[in-house]
Amino acid sequence: MTSFIFKRLLEAIPTMLLLIIISFLLMHAAPGGPFTSEKAVPAQVLANMNAKYGLDQPLWRQVANYVWGVVAHFDFGPSFIYKDRTVNEVIAQGFPVTLQYGLASFVIAVVIGVTLGVVAALKHNTGIDYAAVATATAAHAMPNFVLAPLLVLVFTLWLGWLPGGGWEGGEMKYMVMPVIALSTSFMASIARITRSSMLEVLHSNFIRTAVAKGLPMRKVILKHALKPALMPVISYLGPAFVTMITGSVIVDMYFSTGGIGRSFVDAALNRDYSVMLGVTILVGALTILFNLVVDILYAWIDPRIRY
Amino acid sequence: MKKRLLLSTILSLAVAFPALAANPQPGEELAENQVYTYRILDAIKSMDPQISTDVEGSDVLRSIFEGLYNEDGDGNLVPGVALSHDLSEDKLVYTFHLRPESKWSNGDPVTAQNFVDSWKRLADPATASEYAWYLELGHVVNAAAITAGTTPVDELGVKAIDDHTFEVTLDAPVPYFPKMLTHTSVFPINKAVIDKFGADWTKPENMVGNGAYSLKEHILGEKVVMVRNPAYWDDAHTVIGEVNAITINDENVALTRYDAGELDQTDVPTGQYPALKEARPDEASSTPYSCSYTYIINLTEKGNPALQDVNVRKALSYAVDRQILVDKVLQAGQGTAYNWTHSAVNGFTMPEIDYAKWTQDERDAKAAELLTAAGFGTDNPLKIQLNYNTSEGHKKIAEAIAAMWKQKLGVELTLNNMEWKVHTDKMQTQDFEMGRYAWCGDYNEASTYLGLFTTTSGNNNGKYSNAEYDKLLEESSTAADPNVNYTAAEQFLANDMPIIPIYHYTKVRMNKTDIRGLPMNNVQQTWYAKDLYRVKQ
Repeated sequence: MTSFIFKRLLEAIPTMLLLIIISFLLMHAAPGGPFTSEKAVPAQVLANMNAKYGLDQPLWRQVANYVWGVVAHFDFGPSFIYKDRTVNEVIAQGFPVTLQYGLASFVIAVVIGVTLGVVAALKHNTGIDYAAVATATAAHAMPNFVLAPLLVLVFTLWLGWLPGGGWEGGEMKYMVMPVIALSTSFMASIARITRSSMLEVLHSNFIRTAVAKGLPMRKVILKHALKPALMPVISYLGPAFVTMITGSVIVDMYFSTGGIGRSFVDAALNRDYSVMLGVTILVGALTILFNLVVDILYAWIDPRIRY
Repeated sequence: MKKRLLLSTILSLAVAFPALAANPQPGEELAENQVYTYRILDAIKSMDPQISTDVEGSDVLRSIFEGLYNEDGDGNLVPGVALSHDLSEDKLVYTFHLRPESKWSNGDPVTAQNFVDSWKRLADPATASEYAWYLELGHVVNAAAITAGTTPVDELGVKAIDDHTFEVTLDAPVPYFPKMLTHTSVFPINKAVIDKFGADWTKPENMVGNGAYSLKEHILGEKVVMVRNPAYWDDAHTVIGEVNAITINDENVALTRYDAGELDQTDVPTGQYPALKEARPDEASSTPYSCSYTYIINLTEKGNPALQDVNVRKALSYAVDRQILVDKVLQAGQGTAYNWTHSAVNGFTMPEIDYAKWTQDERDAKAAELLTAAGFGTDNPLKIQLNYNTSEGHKKIAEAIAAMWKQKLGVELTLNNMEWKVHTDKMQTQDFEMGRYAWCGDYNEASTYLGLFTTTSGNNNGKYSNAEYDKLLEESSTAADPNVNYTAAEQFLANDMPIIPIYHYTKVRMNKTDIRGLPMNNVQQTWYAKDLYRVKQ
């Protein structure tokens, strides 16, 4: 197992390098640059800005300098748009926010989603099943850009229970709506995957055997059915977890949370090359890491899997 | 020898000292809550006056810093750090007399040297300020050469005669020069603070300003919080204790939060102004805003050959029913535009444009006639590509205009929407036939608009060039009344039609009725938190 993990981490290095280089080239291939603005900047002024930010260098040197900065100093460079800040500062401010509401959303989505899915499968083709499926479908069909303003309307304007946005360091009342908005559709997906996978497992021979030999149903479910039924859920959860903790542009936009999700989209639209690369690297590294975690979990759940 | 030529506006306002502050009227009782909270669309990009470029950043910086002059609610100049200035007879040397009691938030006095430092910093290529051209626009001696790196920074035409006398030398008369001084890029800086903290000097814990407020918090995408600066020279007349700028990207959510009492000011979402104005006339307002919306035509060989014919361009412009666009599409009190400069710009006399006075039927008839004469008709329809950046608002206008042209002239307009940066890039490299464009004035004078279409202007995307037009603009800087030249220049635009003016902007907002002191007639929409106050209701 240790050698497996070590090997995977080694493999991650060329993957990350490739990710950086491809992202870098793609960004530079897009028309316009960070300093393109409706008020055209005079050539001389533009030249000064390009010189300050190293954009006057050949592309290969820019990539090399960037990679060196990241590897040697863990320095992701200055933001080209938020000129008072470095990329490290932008991420240090935004990532803890998304991490916090992302983690909370993840826990809620998993607990409710798995419970709903299991209950629906156990009560297959009953009113409970239909209700659970209907809930999941409705939650899935409701895009968060519709849900978010609705939540503000209901909880802030009509009921006056919650502030309409802001973060204030992650106070509970500021976190409720972002968590609902983010977790709903994930919860629905988890419920659907759990239900269908559970149904499949419940109809398999080893469960029939377990029931036939007289095991109580609770034990059959918890000891025999749940683990294999969760396999597809776990492969879904790896990337979903990364998506959630790196935030959502919709949540950040509608709830003024100041999270990293919004910075990513802004950076792409503004051609803020350095912030975009920084967030790409963050998301890339987390994705690799959690795919590894998923693989380890597989081995733990399914004794047949050995690395 | 210098002759004292006090500008009359400055004089009259200097007499009415203290210039401007929160000024509750008799009978108004102040509320206990003096926190002012307003919505901003985006995160503030920089708190550095010489680096900041965005409108929302400027709004914040005007609270944290104070420049030589401020603006009142009508857009007139009022004393800021400068009490007055003298202008030499050749109109090249400005001598500003600074307010001796003006202080930085750390207690240091604000001196002429602070302005010398900031202006040099703005021009210095090492600063790489996006607004470095601003000093060149103001014709400050050597500004352009310094930014180009060919002249040392120390040779900029600025001098501290003594602590409270700041002298600026220009290389050509600039009639609008004092008006340029309310811009944040020429605000003073405390160089010792920048030297000490380097790039971190704009962090709230390090930042030192000379404005009515100090930066307390700045969280990207969440909020900016400012609190009173007790060292500010007019703190005694300042009422609002705390100013919060909240980033809310979605204007509908912002309106909901305004309705829930979380905001004192927000923007009115597109299309909702008529209903809001009717339901809450005291809160909804639409005031002129110095920006102009147009379609620029590419006059280079990369453009559409048919559009090189002035009569085709005129036909297209005539056939745009601006009244319908303003009344039915925009719906928020915008002004129909037959010329380029915003009608509410200070001192500007609107030109007598021929087709502006015709009825729309007359314009349509003339348009059809011109286009037929140019050889286009139902059997040979004119085909044009229009570029615009992706936005619901631009799309609606483009679709309406496409329908007008199709119906009246049989023109086949292809709409190309593209991402903002792609659109801008194409415009600036003349890779378009016709493109949506808007311009907001940098200062309250018509040259900020008309300078755009001079042959050498970097923003002249369609590459319009007319020697007579250029001459009018060039001569305006020494003219007794430059506005005569500006009005005449507009006639050239109407005759040559390098652009199709569409509308003049308004700022459409909701303001809580207990907030007073908001400037409602300043076309630059320049406002100062120190002038506001909340009354008890």
